[in-house]
Parts: sequence; C-alpha cells; structure tokens
Amino acid sequence: MSGKNYSAGVKDYRETYWEPDYPVKDTDLLACFKVVPQDGVDPEEAAAAVAAESSTGTWTTVWTDLLTDLEYYKGRAYRIEPVPGQEGAYFAFVAYPLDLFEEGSVVNVITSIAGNVFGFKAVRSLRLEDIRFPIAYVTTCGGPPHGIQVERDIMDKYGRAMLGCTIKPKLGLSAKNYGRAVYECLRGGLDFTKDDENVNSQPFMRWRQRFDFVAEAVHKATAETGEKKGHYLNVTAGTVEEMYKRAEYAKSLDMPIIMHDYLTAGFTANTSLANWCRDNGMLLHIHRALHAVMDRNPDHGIHFRVLAKMLRLSGGDHLHSGTVVGKLEGDREATLGWIDLMREKFVPENRARGIFFDQDWGHMPGLFPVASGGIHVWHMPALVAIFGDDAVFQFGGGTLGHPWGNAAGAAANRVALEACTEARNAGRDVEREGKEILTAAAKHSPELAAAMETWKEIKFEFDTVDKLAAN
Amino acid sequence: MSKVANIQDYRSSQDDPGSRKYGTFSYLPQMDAGRMRKQIEHMIAKGWNPAIEHVEPAHSADNYWYMWKLPMFGEKDIERILAEVEECSKAWPNHLVRLIGYDNYSQSQGASMVIHRPGA
Repeated sequence: MSGKNYSAGVKDYRETYWEPDYPVKDTDLLACFKVVPQDGVDPEEAAAAVAAESSTGTWTTVWTDLLTDLEYYKGRAYRIEPVPGQEGAYFAFVAYPLDLFEEGSVVNVITSIAGNVFGFKAVRSLRLEDIRFPIAYVTTCGGPPHGIQVERDIMDKYGRAMLGCTIKPKLGLSAKNYGRAVYECLRGGLDFTKDDENVNSQPFMRWRQRFDFVAEAVHKATAETGEKKGHYLNVTAGTVEEMYKRAEYAKSLDMPIIMHDYLTAGFTANTSLANWCRDNGMLLHIHRALHAVMDRNPDHGIHFRVLAKMLRLSGGDHLHSGTVVGKLEGDREATLGWIDLMREKFVPENRARGIFFDQDWGHMPGLFPVASGGIHVWHMPALVAIFGDDAVFQFGGGTLGHPWGNAAGAAANRVALEACTEARNAGRDVEREGKEILTAAAKHSPELAAAMETWKEIKFEFDTVDKLAAN
Repeated sequence: MSKVANIQDYRSSQDDPGSRKYGTFSYLPQMDAGRMRKQIEHMIAKGWNPAIEHVEPAHSADNYWYMWKLPMFGEKDIERILAEVEECSKAWPNHLVRLIGYDNYSQSQGASMVIHRPGA
C-alpha cells in the first residue's frame, strides 16, 4: 500500500489486530477462543495475538508485509468477554476474511485457526470454543454423503431412533465367531452392528474374512426378519489407498454402510472417503477416537462442537455424540447444543448450550448423532427424551451382556425403544414414567424383563469435568 | 452344573413367516383402536399427512406397497382416518396394512407403523 514505510522491529499486536469497532461481515469466518493470558499480558493484547498468529501475523514486522493489503487479509479480534465464573479467562472473538481459507478444505481452516497459535507463549492456555462457518464457505464443502432423510429411505426406518451395537470383545475374536455375534444381534431386532474402532485388520482377524462373514450375517438376518440391516464395516487403515480397497470390497458384498475414524485418520482422508461414499451410495458412520484428547480439558484444546461442525462439513452420515446418561463424559445442555449442530438447518446462538454463533447450514444435509457407551435398557426413556428420533442408540454390553444372549438382548432393546417411542407420541413424560412404561412393555417381552432384572443396579453418576461457563 | 436350563431360546427362523417384522412398533403387540387413536393424534398434532398402504406379507420388505387411495392431505379428523384404516383392512384382509405420517418439511415419513397384521 502506498504511503507506508518499512520499519523493522516488534510492535504490540493490538495496534494491528484489535479492532473493537469492526463490523463483522456475513462472509467472515468467526471464531471464539477461551484465552487465559500469561501474567502481565492484558486480554486485548492476548486476543490480538491470537488473531495475528492465526492469520497474517508473525512475531516481527517483515518488509514483504508491504507487498500486500494486510488490512484486507488480516484476522481481527473484535470482542472480549470475561468467562463467567473463571477469573483471568476471557472469550476472545476473532473475525477472519473468507479469502484466508481454501474452499472445501476443513483441513486448511483448522490448520490456520488451531495451528501454531495453540503453542503461543503469550497465552497460558487456549481453547477453540466455536467457529461460525459462513454459508458462503459451507456451500463449498461436500457435507454428509447422504444425510438423515436419505438414510431413512435407504434403510427403511421411520418414526423412531435406530438401534446399534458394538461387537465385543473388541479385540481377539476370529472372523467367523465375530460374524456370529453380528448375526445374533441383527436377528434379534437391531438395525446395525458396529466394528469397534480398534478393529482394522489385525493378525487375529484380517479385514477380508471379517467382511465376508459379516456380510453373510447381515444378509441372513435381513432375510429372516424382513427388515433392512447393516454393519459398520470399519475401513480405517494405514493408507487411504487401503481404505478405498476395503470400501470397494464392502460395496461388492452389497453392504449398506462403512465406518471411519475421522480424527485419527485425519480430515483429508475423511473427506476423500465421504466423497467415495457419495459416489457409491454407501452410508458412512464416523467414530471419534482422539476427540477427548482435544476436547476434554476445559481450558485448552478444541471443543467438540467445533469438531462436530468440521465433520458435518467434511462428510459423514453418523457421528458419535456422547450419551449424556452412560459411562462417558457429557453435559446434557452442551450435548443438546452439538446434536443440534449435527442435525438442524439453522442453529441460533445459545449460550445456555455453549453455542456462541448462529450457524446456517443452508442445504447441507444433517447427520445422525450416535449415542454409545455404557447404556442399557433402563437408559432408554432418557435417550428417547434427549435425542428424539433422529439418532442411533448403541448398546454394546447392553445387548451382548443379556443373560440369554445377543438376540434376546437386541429384542429387549428394540421392545424398550418402541414402547418409549409409542408412549412419547401418546403424550406421556417418558423420563418420569420410564419405569412404568418399561415394566408394562416387559409383560409382553420376557427378553426385556430379563434385561431389566440384569441391569437394575447399574448407574454412572460422576460429575462432568468440562462444564459450560455459568451464565 | 450348566445354567442353560434357565436360558430362554430366541425363536426366529427363515421358514417361519411369524419371524418377519415390519418396522416401527412391530416388536410390540398389534395395535388396538385405543393405541392407534393416540398415534394418529400425534401425527395430526405434528402436522403430518396420514396415508395408508398395504401389501402381501411375503412382500413386506419392498419399498413400495400398494397405496390405499391417496394420502389424506390435511385430514385432521381422527374418526375419518380410522374409518379409512378399517375400510382398507376389510378390503385386503390378508394384507399387512400400515399407516404413514408424511412430513413434507423433512421430505420423509415422520411416522410409519403396521396397524393390521393378518392372523394376529
């Protein structure tokens, strides 16, 4: 820009990157960080430093800054709020111009926004709480290969949540014994079974034999029950080429759904696989191993709502969401916030659910949240109340641990789900009346009665580590 | 001593047509008029459009069943809907009959349930 002179040295970040009067543009990508500055660093300087280091800035002035229009390209910290109930912590809001990000690449977005800045010395800790993806960016991403409504049509499941089960033990079964466990679950009334995330292609069970035996289990259970069935065949592998090979083989076996771990395998691999699934009519179940490493610390890392938004953009038809009620971490209001982000067309700002920005998804399909981990029939009323119909409930131990076996365990879960769904539709408060609803249903289902007896004592009542900031 | 005597066998097989299921609520006992009425009330409250379909039990897995007339767009009278269900079940006594609630906003079926099972 003419009129500016080059002057070497270090400037305060706030001179360039703190703009409290900045009018946010509809096309800006917005981010909210929770910042805990180092002692002696004031919040404006810390927020500006974050904006700088995650966009155009570096630690010193460089002459090549003058070859471009930094006013146009820079990110700006435009608002700071103290975090309620946490002294010394601030929410810093940063606006980034859309041009900073390659179209259709969540990889590029997260590399910029959650890159070097997280190791930056001026901040003691930093957490990416939320991102507002402008609709102009959303439309450049492929999104879920199919989405909720198309999956319902493909699987022919309407008016209720779907049921799944992760096959256990998670490691060590032979392919043929594994297929047996799948078959028993599906014939008993589940819609899906699932490979554990650890199951890829180990020496005890290579992927091809697993796919072969599981395919027979799925086809036989489908013929026996007359209902469509699927098993999430985990194609996560050491290379993308290998994943494609496994995905192609699943397709050749006429399987409806495959599975991928999007964080350990990476966003690039996920987006490529999602594109393959869209091209090949294959549903895509997404597991989230690694997420708690990034999202559990309330002061540092990336909140799961951001990881969920990125998955919706990158592509997946199912995503694990937490259960609220089972063995894994998850605050109820925060969970409701991110399941909205998975399913709805438009999600308004709602601080009570930890949502910092309006998010418009335009025409991008929604995906099914998957509640999985330490749940059993006694949780069914709460799951139906919390998640509604557009969700998958996965009972691993809660199916396989039934005293009469997997088929009976599956039938118990299916009866419990249908009884709770019917009761909810009839206007009953299923959480409050859960016990009566299940007890009445068990009169027609000895499988459910046995399940209720087996798990009557189990509870998971620990406080959550990551709580929403008190408002 | 084996505890297998305490285990109940799960009865289901390909040669037994009774093992076939038909989607939501098919693991519960067949609906009577009272339960059906509550489900229809729910459909109407949601603003969904009721529709009736039927099929030979052997073809229950097909996506397309026979439509009974046309969907009852905008119908809010429970008696009217129940009467159509009754008429369809009488006209096709050996067929499965299901009631659908079309949700035109989600472009999907908000509800779908088999409400008549021959022989049940």
